[in-house]
Amino acid sequence: MVEFTLPKNSKITQGKTWPRAPKAGEETEFHIYRWNPDDGQNPRVDAYYVDRHDCGPMVLDALIWIKNNIDPTLTFRRSCREGVCGSCAMNIDGTNTLACTKAIDDNKAPVRIYPLPHQPVVKDLVPDLKNFYAQYASIEPWLHTVTPTPEKEWRQSHEDRSKLDGMYECILCACCSTSCPSYWWNSERYLGPAALLQANRWVQDSRDEATGERLDGLEDPFRLYRCHTILNCSKACPKGLNPAKEIATLKKALVDRQL
Amino acid sequence: MAELEASTNQGARRARPLSPHLQIYRPMLTMMMSIVHRITGAALYFGMLLLAWWVIAAAAGPNAYANFERFIGSLIGQLLLFGYTWALMHHMLGGIRHLIWDTLHGLEPAERETLTLTTIVGSIALTLAIWVIGYLAMGGPR
Repeated sequence: MVEFTLPKNSKITQGKTWPRAPKAGEETEFHIYRWNPDDGQNPRVDAYYVDRHDCGPMVLDALIWIKNNIDPTLTFRRSCREGVCGSCAMNIDGTNTLACTKAIDDNKAPVRIYPLPHQPVVKDLVPDLKNFYAQYASIEPWLHTVTPTPEKEWRQSHEDRSKLDGMYECILCACCSTSCPSYWWNSERYLGPAALLQANRWVQDSRDEATGERLDGLEDPFRLYRCHTILNCSKACPKGLNPAKEIATLKKALVDRQL
Repeated sequence: MAELEASTNQGARRARPLSPHLQIYRPMLTMMMSIVHRITGAALYFGMLLLAWWVIAAAAGPNAYANFERFIGSLIGQLLLFGYTWALMHHMLGGIRHLIWDTLHGLEPAERETLTLTTIVGSIALTLAIWVIGYLAMGGPR
């Protein structure tokens, strides 16, 4: 349902400014969303100053620097620090991206950091993505076949394999889905760009033998057709993929099979 | 997915807050144009009332038509009509843009921005053209 404002328990309050590191050289100011499940308070935005001479170039470096040097309670997900795991997806400077591949200097100062939009918050920058993963599972992201399994492997021509380019690279970081206003208002019924891109990845796979059933599952006013080509997804994707185009491909496939 | 939501909140000491969305997201061109497409679509419903009034007045006779003409010739009437023209042009071009996207064209990064900008520029240009032509055909403002 469309809700423009935040619920009462989610309204952001004034946070505090954390002390600066002594003897800091060049500094960059960060405004970071904080919420602690234990203290009974509403979310707040805290200000931090990061010593740039002591910190790496990426936003993730700054978050780790803050956690190590100023505030050990700051909570966020991270793992690979090179844009292949998707753990550090968050809203930085008003757009969803990966903290590890976003340079600090590419943002307006103060750098504003929030969790992925319109998700339940577990703590600070950690959103609860259960719904997102359940939607991914719902498209059955594995090979469906009826013909007997070949002795060695399912063969695929180079040409057919190249049809999966632009989709197999998806790391399921949720930047796209949580950038989509349509997903914000209808996430309980609309699958969202990431799950739909993955759905198309299996629809386009030459080895998959359940294309019809997969399209049947998407032919629904909400699951697929809540996409209104707003295109925030394609703009947000930190891997440079184009979920909007994959969704349009699915819509077209549904029309094509009627003709 | 109600049971999912219930399990999500289990064990949480306090109901989890919803992370901010519209409040913090940077206004992207295509997103703003999608919103404007909705608004102009809604505005067209009211524009239809103007159109209906015009047709009904024309059918009802000279007095009713004179009333309509007086209203539509007033400053407010002209502003409404101008706004209606723009909303109609904007919504039409937006519809064409979405039609192009539905055929899988113009979805690459630079193309989609250009196409979206074209909607803005095109809707303003068409609106002005319609009004200039309209006034010329009438032989100037009355």
